[in-house]
Amino acid sequence: MNTLVKYLRWDTVVGVLLIAVFLAGSGTTEGFSDTANLSAALDDTAEIALIALPMTLLVVAGQVDLSVASMLGLSSALAGSLWEAGWAFETIVPLCLLVGALGGLLNGWLVTRVGLPSLAVTIGTLTLYRGLASVVLGDKAVADFPETYSQWATYTQTVPGTFIPYPVALFGVLAVITAVVLHCTAFGRSLYAIGAQEDAAYFAGIRVKRIKLVLFVLAGFVASFAGIVFTLRYGSARADNGVGLELVVIASVLLGGVDFDGGRGTLGGAVAGVLLIGLLNNLLTLNDVSNEIQVIVTGLLLVASVLTPRVVAAVSERRHRRAATASA
Amino acid sequence: MWRLARHTRKDSGVTATLESPPAAPEADRRSARSLMDLVFRARELSIGGALVVLILGTWISNPSFLDDQGIKDLLLNSSILVLLAVGQSVVVITRNIDLSVGSVVGLTAFACGSFVSGTDHSALTVVLLGIGLGVLCGLVSGLLVSFGRVPALVVTLGMLYVIQGIDHAWAHGKQINAADVPDDVLGLGSGSVIGIPYLPLISAAVLVGTAYYLRTYRSGRELYAIGSNPEAARLAGIPIRRRVLAAYAFSGAVAGLAGALWLARFGTVVADAANGWELTVVSSVVVGGVAITGGVGTVWGAALGALLLTTMGSALVVLKVDSFWQQAITGVLLLAAITTDRIVNLRTTSALRKRSRR
Repeated sequence: MNTLVKYLRWDTVVGVLLIAVFLAGSGTTEGFSDTANLSAALDDTAEIALIALPMTLLVVAGQVDLSVASMLGLSSALAGSLWEAGWAFETIVPLCLLVGALGGLLNGWLVTRVGLPSLAVTIGTLTLYRGLASVVLGDKAVADFPETYSQWATYTQTVPGTFIPYPVALFGVLAVITAVVLHCTAFGRSLYAIGAQEDAAYFAGIRVKRIKLVLFVLAGFVASFAGIVFTLRYGSARADNGVGLELVVIASVLLGGVDFDGGRGTLGGAVAGVLLIGLLNNLLTLNDVSNEIQVIVTGLLLVASVLTPRVVAAVSERRHRRAATASA
Repeated sequence: MWRLARHTRKDSGVTATLESPPAAPEADRRSARSLMDLVFRARELSIGGALVVLILGTWISNPSFLDDQGIKDLLLNSSILVLLAVGQSVVVITRNIDLSVGSVVGLTAFACGSFVSGTDHSALTVVLLGIGLGVLCGLVSGLLVSFGRVPALVVTLGMLYVIQGIDHAWAHGKQINAADVPDDVLGLGSGSVIGIPYLPLISAAVLVGTAYYLRTYRSGRELYAIGSNPEAARLAGIPIRRRVLAAYAFSGAVAGLAGALWLARFGTVVADAANGWELTVVSSVVVGGVAITGGVGTVWGAALGALLLTTMGSALVVLKVDSFWQQAITGVLLLAAITTDRIVNLRTTSALRKRSRR
């Protein structure tokens, strides 16, 4: 029993839930475990999954970035308007990435140099970047992207021999790299230290400000890349692309057991959280469950994911205490 | 018993002698406090100043901005946001956040709408129903935050999804039409006393009441104590959980009231009324100088912040500024507000420290 409790961490629970949803889905729903459907389901989560990687690092370090979805929109709008102006796509992509990194730099600068809370800063830049997106593209939609580019992002084109679309394959590679960085390097450990006790981390010689700045730049960079993927995948650049996506990203990361107070959580958990929400939504869609119910399920999962570990901890603590008093 | 009494007397004697001679630091402290006071007041003064400049500037370039209808529009447009900002700032002062307010407004507006459509219920019934429903939503979030000890952002984010989902599933593409809403309810949204519409009057009443409560009542001050240092507040014996729960219930009640007023004002309500307003509300609160880290700020400031954001929206329309720029300008203003606040705060702290060292 005790060993069972030891392994009963929330991220393993999410992993088990993921497998359970997969098994339940393939047992009950026709076409769910078809490779074509799985490709589509995976591809639908591509942007959320990509942004979830730097978001996990940020939340572990006790920070949050609410501006990522706006940066996605800005990058999309920029790509659209430049494409319309006749630029080559090969020039557009690095330019968008540069804008993303600069946006992240602004977030990081305000957080580390001015000393503002990241929640307040990124609510501000959330509004600003979305506003810039509508300044750049207005309410137009640019849709005439050539097939050669967009097929890289859609699930019709997969890595040869597998059912994995290219954005998801890229996500897989990046996820492995991020996991190694977070869990096997001094840099990763310093993120946990910052998230747990920022002052203590500073006095232990960790360059807190520099690291936070890097994380915000990374988040902006990845968000703008996700903007390109989003644009190509839907074949449409609009200023309001991905409105509200930041909340889904954060919900996925928190669902995976990353503690919003910082200092705790694993990348594996976060990835499992992303996949769980993606797979569950796909399964519910296949069963003609309305979009509204999917939203409710996401919300309930989110609340349960933060409440359950705390309830379990409280109950086991009480049991320990009772056992201690009984033996005494 | 005797010893205790003696002790007390002795203690009071000591304090008495201690109190009189070092008058200088006392005076110093008092002047320091008045300096602090001034800076905090200046914080709200500067937002108020920005608001006045904005209104005057717009008025000069387009006089119709401040004619009877213009003022009425300004008041009506801002009153719901002001209400929500008041509720939100009470929660933010306790170092929490309520992201579910937008969806609560949507839910109550639709619920009230379907309750009254085709009937002749009075406006009071609708308002009470809205408040009740709002309190219910607030209590759920509040219970999870205070007794579940779950981070507020996560809980209220989850509640946002759940309430939004319930609302959409219930409404299912339907909408409430103004024709079905009883005249008494619509009258609440369009009527006025001595030229002032009801809506801003209600907002003002809630604002004044909340400000008075926060400033005067012990439990109101305790909200600030909780926000500025939860651990110290706990050790001081403040019932943190109950207070936080009450703050959420209040925020929910205000959001419910706002939902009922939304129905009264617009008559036509779809499921996603006020969708996405949560961030606008939090923005108003932050612009108004309520620190997102808790313990600092007033509802006056939050209301001014809400007024500033709404007025700016209207002003940009009147000034014929490209509407695409509107959001970007709001973002810049927001960042400027919190940055200024932080810098002023740092300056004051170092000034005070220098003073006390002397």
